[in-house]
Amino acid sequence: MNHWIILPILLPAIVAPLLALAVRHDLVLARTFSVGAMVLLVILGMRQLGMAADGTIRTYELGGWSSPFGIVLVLDRLSALMLLLTSVLGLFVLLYAISGCDQRGAHFHSLYLFQIMGLNGAFLTGDLFNLFVFFEILLIASYGLMVHAGGAARTRAGIQYVIINLVGSTIFLIALGLIYGVTGTLNMADFARRLDSIPAGDQALLSIGATLLLVVFSIKAALMPLQFWLPGTYANTSGPVAALFSIMTKVGAYAIIRIFLLAYGETAGEHAFFVKQWLLPMAVATLLLGMTGVLAARSLGQQASFAALGSMGMMFLAVATFSLDSQTAALYYMLHSTFAIAALFLLVDAVVIRRPGFGDALILAPRFRHIGLIAAMFFITAIAVLGLPPLSGFVGKLLVLNAVTENANWGWLWGAVLGGSLLGLVGFALSGSLVFWKSGQTDQLLIPDTVVTPDSTHPVSAAVNYSGKPMSANIVLPMVAIGCLLATIVLLTGFPGLVLRYLDATSQQLFAPHHYQAAVLGEAFPAEPPTRLEDA
Amino acid sequence: MEWLVAVAIAVMTAVGVFLSLSGRTFPVVLGMAMLTYATNLFLFCTGRLAVNQPDIVTTPDAAHADPIPQALVLTAIVISFGMTALTLVLAVRGFFESGSDDVDLLGPEQEIARERT
Repeated sequence: MNHWIILPILLPAIVAPLLALAVRHDLVLARTFSVGAMVLLVILGMRQLGMAADGTIRTYELGGWSSPFGIVLVLDRLSALMLLLTSVLGLFVLLYAISGCDQRGAHFHSLYLFQIMGLNGAFLTGDLFNLFVFFEILLIASYGLMVHAGGAARTRAGIQYVIINLVGSTIFLIALGLIYGVTGTLNMADFARRLDSIPAGDQALLSIGATLLLVVFSIKAALMPLQFWLPGTYANTSGPVAALFSIMTKVGAYAIIRIFLLAYGETAGEHAFFVKQWLLPMAVATLLLGMTGVLAARSLGQQASFAALGSMGMMFLAVATFSLDSQTAALYYMLHSTFAIAALFLLVDAVVIRRPGFGDALILAPRFRHIGLIAAMFFITAIAVLGLPPLSGFVGKLLVLNAVTENANWGWLWGAVLGGSLLGLVGFALSGSLVFWKSGQTDQLLIPDTVVTPDSTHPVSAAVNYSGKPMSANIVLPMVAIGCLLATIVLLTGFPGLVLRYLDATSQQLFAPHHYQAAVLGEAFPAEPPTRLEDA
Repeated sequence: MEWLVAVAIAVMTAVGVFLSLSGRTFPVVLGMAMLTYATNLFLFCTGRLAVNQPDIVTTPDAAHADPIPQALVLTAIVISFGMTALTLVLAVRGFFESGSDDVDLLGPEQEIARERT
């Protein structure tokens, strides 16, 4: 067995408790350990990607129990891609967080690594119940991160976030119960295999189970009408946490892609791609709602949250088209939007720290420190988020536009994408000119960065650290972190051929679910696809 | 017995949904607890209802209870128990920090106004 596969779960699982128990009082050591772990995870992610690039689907049977009876981890192209995406994003966001945000509450680094562990586990597992468990791990860590640094508004937003996700977990369990009750298995590959042999009387129960799974993953992916938790959560949590959360919606997207392509792909007969009828309208609604929200937002944080929502809508337009090209477009857009949205949230945080008393609210405020640099970064990031040339958002959007032409009424979809982009453009132009351009028309630096009173813990004026001392507005490390995120976007733009070749191979692997099933169930690699596929 | 269990799950789910739709944190926490109880019971039943059956198969054809849902429900109970405790702590902390147990959020301008008074 190839023990490399489980390392992305084991490494954070070992370091995180160590940070919570052994080095909880030593901030420097905690930072060293967590950054070190993230660097190792990035290297590991690259290695996994290199391993998966040859197209072999590798499995790891936990405890040596053979599948479908034991829990199995699966490393294919999509998993490897998600692992690398998580670790690269995690590293850059962590770089930003160690510039001061991490000392505003306890156990930041430990929770952060637990979150990474949950994410990696969710991307690797090949078992439905294990997916639930890893979802819970990443959610429990995210509850802690969400209320990191506290404050009345943040705690109340945290309660909403926890409750909505608890409802989601409940629905997930009901779906798993239905699926196990009907098929007698929880292994994803085995589940996909057994769909053919379900008695007609049980079909309805199974359909309910599968649709409930779609509901759960749509809550995670924040698709309209299940998106209501996202704006409040992302706008009220601290910047680095919101930036890390930009991968959380992608977990939902990953789960939808993984399970519904594996089990309800071309081979599923009359149920093939049954989620399409739900996903496509949901995607359009999410895109339009998100972009309208960007225009209507009353704070930069809200605006970034709605931009995140819009990017999920855009990605799902491509996912819901369910073709090879559209899958590639969706994955490319996912890579791009994860980094772009994360950079946007970090910039919002940089503004919040420097505008005590005004926070990120879209109101006229005096000039703040480093306004020129932050404004320039905001400009570049907004261009990336909106998908304007020359950054990768534009490439991604072109790919999506090209892919959705396979739908019958693609004119409406184009209208939604382009109209939504226009709304977003106006929204970002308004907020950018209000916060950066018009600020402090007296042209004076009115706010020194140390006027904050220690008792104000609300995010609006949260520039105090855990011990109540005012924080210095450090500029180098935050800008390096945001710069790294933007550099990744530039790389995505600069080498689209290289990236797209890998993503294309990923889509092909996803659209050949019998290979996955054979690899997981330990059969010989099928030379030919099953007969059913040939008929179609 | 199926009828009794089904009614029990249905009543608990209904109570849970009703309570968790209220606007204050304490009933919501209670509602979530009821919902998770209902879910755990449901999960337990997915192995079919069997009374007085062994869950380890000794002879191949003997009647037995399905052990997998029991293992699943144990995991689910542990997670939901921890989550209920966490929600309670968060609710209490939210109450003390904002002076209200309302679950709704304020807008950014209202927050700034609240903070300045």
